[in-house]
Order: sequence, then structure tokens, then C-alpha cells
Amino acid sequence: MARAAAACRSGFPEIAPPVPDGRAGPSGDGDGARTRGDVTGSGAHGDFPRIGRVGLDGLLVSFGDRLSEAGNRAALAFRAAVERETPAGVEESSTSLVSVFLRIDALCTDPGAVARAMQVLLDSRDWYAEPLPEGRRLWRIPTVYGSDLAPQLGEAAAEAGLTPEAAMAELSRARMRVQTIGFAPGQPYLGELPAHWDIPRQQALTDRVPVGALVVAIRQLVLFSVSTPTGWRHVGQTAMRLFRPEAEVPFVLRPGDEVIFEAVGREAWERLRAEASDGGATSEAIR
Amino acid sequence: MSRALIVHQAGPGVTVQDLGREGYLAFGLSRGGAADRLALHEGAALLGQSPTLAALEMAGTGGTFEATEAMRIALTGAPMRASIDGAALVWNAAHLLPAGARLIIGPATAGVYGYLHLGGGLATPEVLGARSAHLAAGIGAPLTAGDRLPVGPDRGGETGLMLVPEERVSGGMVRIVAGCQTGLFDPAEVARLEQTEFTRDARGNRMGVRLNPEGAGFAARGGLTVLSEAIVPGDIQITGDGAPFVLMAESQTTGGYPRIGAVLPCDLARVAQAAPGTRLRLRFVPMDEALAAERRAAEARKTLRRRVARLTRDPHDIRDLLSYQLISGVVAGNEEE
Repeated sequence: MARAAAACRSGFPEIAPPVPDGRAGPSGDGDGARTRGDVTGSGAHGDFPRIGRVGLDGLLVSFGDRLSEAGNRAALAFRAAVERETPAGVEESSTSLVSVFLRIDALCTDPGAVARAMQVLLDSRDWYAEPLPEGRRLWRIPTVYGSDLAPQLGEAAAEAGLTPEAAMAELSRARMRVQTIGFAPGQPYLGELPAHWDIPRQQALTDRVPVGALVVAIRQLVLFSVSTPTGWRHVGQTAMRLFRPEAEVPFVLRPGDEVIFEAVGREAWERLRAEASDGGATSEAIR
Repeated sequence: MSRALIVHQAGPGVTVQDLGREGYLAFGLSRGGAADRLALHEGAALLGQSPTLAALEMAGTGGTFEATEAMRIALTGAPMRASIDGAALVWNAAHLLPAGARLIIGPATAGVYGYLHLGGGLATPEVLGARSAHLAAGIGAPLTAGDRLPVGPDRGGETGLMLVPEERVSGGMVRIVAGCQTGLFDPAEVARLEQTEFTRDARGNRMGVRLNPEGAGFAARGGLTVLSEAIVPGDIQITGDGAPFVLMAESQTTGGYPRIGAVLPCDLARVAQAAPGTRLRLRFVPMDEALAAERRAAEARKTLRRRVARLTRDPHDIRDLLSYQLISGVVAGNEEE
């Protein structure tokens, strides 16, 4: 939750040394290269982690430029540390696949000073070696693959070089991990499928997929929490409601949770949808 | 609690909005809230109340409304044709809406988002700490005929007041800052962004606004997509066909298109209020200049109440007397703080 914004007691020093912001342009300084923070840890992660700016009041702590299990763990652990330490000026934090976003109260706190504090925190340990979050759960979510409910199974299977039957078998057995919640409320990005699932998004967007749609691209699955246009291919349909604004727990899944999208027949799915909450989805603690 | 605003008719984009919900980015829910946040502050100044109170946001056109009891109202944001029982109303002003009278708010004459504020604010139920409809997230819905919106208690005050707003409904220069993805674009592309005149596309809503360049589109060196990263309101995504897409209050929380920069929060209303066809330019400013501009905007918001003035009208125009009435029982001279 957002921390209450502390009132500015006085203006902070007018111009503090800003974080390099990749400023590029006719009046710019430098070559527009991406911001580099000091490299911490081993050289295994190249120029990462590094700290950059997002807009006027955002900092981005990046642990890689592509999805990796270690980068994802690092981002989750770093955000947890930020939430524990509640550094001055940080109003809110979130993670995406391999990065942590910090929203700064830029009018009260110099974002450059926050960035320096974050650098100290980055340097304090090897974030890529941190464990996954506590309290993770394994979810089993009954899923209809293909049919008129999820019309792009065949197309996605062909992209992955599989028959629809083989694709369904693989997807329904895969134990996928929630790497981030984002884009839409409560919506998980799950990874990571085998390399042959590195299939592109479609050129043209599908007009609208329903709530509970399971879609695939670039070795990831997304389970849609809202009805929306998408470039990902719709391969399965669930009856899961991931965002319940009226409920005590409005957002169901958490980063680190694991999900198996178990295949069920159309009739069984319809029955579960009618009779069980969330179409028969269950969860258990991961020990 | 019968104090309410009755909706007899509403345009397609009329929603309840406040300053939105903070603290849910980690759960994939963007802040949302009014597309023109300054308008909420102006309405609050005109009615002498808190800017956190909810108002009606009207995209393009308003509707027909009735109050169950006499209420103070204020009209801000994009100017729209408005009348009470046929008597024309001044925009950017506070008026009295008598019980049972018909308040008709028609199409915008400039800009996009007009706001109807009520003394006491709209008192619809809060969802996750705010009253704002967030249509992309499925929170709330556009208003329709027959809706009845509860209105909070009004501690009262004058009407017949006006405020000269900061001009922001005719496009023009928009200041932007570079970010950690600006370097994905060649310096020449970044320079061209500043030299290009843009026209606000017909496609645009509370989630984002598309800007059509007068010449060729823009492209990042690395191609179309990057790793999906956090988005802030004002971020300028370069989408598939090269047109910049400015992300607005109700945007998604992450995005995989490269972002060439971000509009300053204090200039975002200028983008929101650019009607289709309006011309805009983008200019990079250094971070310190951006912060100074933002600080000035915050200071200006604090002075809004002092800038409220009396409407001066021809006293012979009897219909306009409506605008000068005080709510019964309220002592005149309840000056702005």
C-alpha cells in the first residue's frame, strides 16, 4: 500500500546531482546510452543491476534485459527489502519481470539521493542468489484447451511445431511460476515454457479475450484478469476471477506462486464453473 | 440520505472521478483518477472544499441532471454549453442548482474533459480507497439515465464565483523528460521528435492518447518490443506504426513498447484536453527544470482559492440572478481561506 506522503518540511536542495537519465537530444549531454549503475556482484549479469529513471518521479532498478529466473528472484527479493526498509521518499514499489519500480515523492525528496541509497542496498548482497518469497502456493486451475472457448490452440501449437494434442499435453502438465503481477489488476505473467514455445505475439490484435483466458507467447503464459484486446494467442479458458475489487483479498495470485493449468473436458468445466467457486481452482502451500 | 444527483441522460463518457488510487501498482492496478487533475483542484477552490472529493468527469459531452435539493455546483475543465432551466451558465464558475431544476451540459466547445463538482462531493461507495471509475480494471461504469448518485453534506458557501483557469485546452507545447529507454532511440530520432508537429488522433481515451506525426513515424534501434517494464502516466510509447502513444491516468501498469520519454505530470492535462485534431509539440527539458516546473505547478494549486473572484454580470438580466443566490441559512462572507 502507499505510504502516507510525508509533508515537505522545506524544499529539498534545488538542484541535486540527478541520476544519469539517458538524456539524449539536440541539447542533450552524452550519447543517449542507457543509464548504468555500478555493477555489483559477479560479471555474470553484464551491466546489471543498474538504476535508471522513469518519468519525473520514478526509478527503475533493473536486474537484466531479458527474463531470467535469477533476475526475477533478484527483483522480488530487492523489492521485499525496499518494503522492509521503507527508504525516505519512496512512496510505492512494484516489480515487473526482472526489475523493481520505485515511485518517489520527487517534490520532497531528491530522486538522486534515493537512487544513491538504492545503490548502497544493491551493493549489500548478491540479489541473484536470494531465495524466492515466503508463503508461496501451488494452484491447480481447471482449463479447457482449444474448442470455441479458446480458438487459437491449433495456431499456437503450429508456431511451436507441435500438434494441438501435444501442445495441450505440454501446457497442462507445465508447472508455471508467477513472475510478476501486472498490466491489469491481479494479472499474472507465468514462466517459463520450453524453448520451442518462444513464439511471437500476433501481428494483429485479437479484438477481445474474455476474463479467465489463458494466452501464450515468448515462452510465457498470461491468465487474463480483465477482458481486453491482446496480441497473445488464446489457447485455454478458465473460470478464474483474479481481481475481486469487492473482496477482502482483491488480488488472488502473488509473485512466486506456482500454477498448473490442468486440462478438463468442456462438460466438466461447465459443471465446475456452475457449481464451484473459481471453476474448481484449488491452492495449497508450497513447503 | 436522500441528497442526490439524478441522471436523466448522460453522454457515453460520464464517470465518477477523484484523484484515484495509489498503492496498487504492485497488483497491476494503475492509479486512475481524473484525466485532468488540475480541474479537480479548481472545482475544489470554487466550492471551498477538498480536492479529494469526487466529481463527474464528462468526456466530450455531459448530460441532463437534477438535484433532489438545492446544491452548489462548479463547472471546470473543458468548457461545455451548460444551462439551468434554460439559463446559460458561465463555465469555470460556481452556481446554485435549485432542487428540481434541469441542469443540461452539452458538448465541449474546446478540450475534452469537463467536470461537474457538487458541494459536498459525490458520495458513491469507495472501492479500494477511492470512488474513481477505472473502466479498464472493471471498477465502476459510465453513468446512464436513471442513475442516482448520493452527494455528501455541504458545509455551504457562496456561489456566483469564477476562476480564470490555466489555459490547457488548445494543445501547444508539452514538456517531457528522458528516461532509461530514451537511449534505445538514435539521437537523431530523439531530435526529430522535438522538431515534429503532432496532431491528436481521434483515437484516445482515459488509457492513452495517440499523436500522429506530421512526417514519418519513429522507431527504436532495437526494434519493436523490449522487456515489459513499469509504466508511469505520461510515458510516451512508440508503438508498431511509429506514432507516439501517451499513456494516461487509466493506463496499464507495464508495457513492452519502447518509451522515448515521459510527459511532465503538470503538462499531462494539456495532452488529455487536446481534442482530436489539436496540434501538439514535445520538448525535452532537463530533470532539474522539470522538477522546478512541477514545484511551481504545486504552488499554483495552493493559490487557486485566492484567485477565486465574483462573477460580474448585468443585473438587469434577471435569469442570471440564479448565479448569485446563496444557499439559505449560509452566512454571506464565508470567504475563501
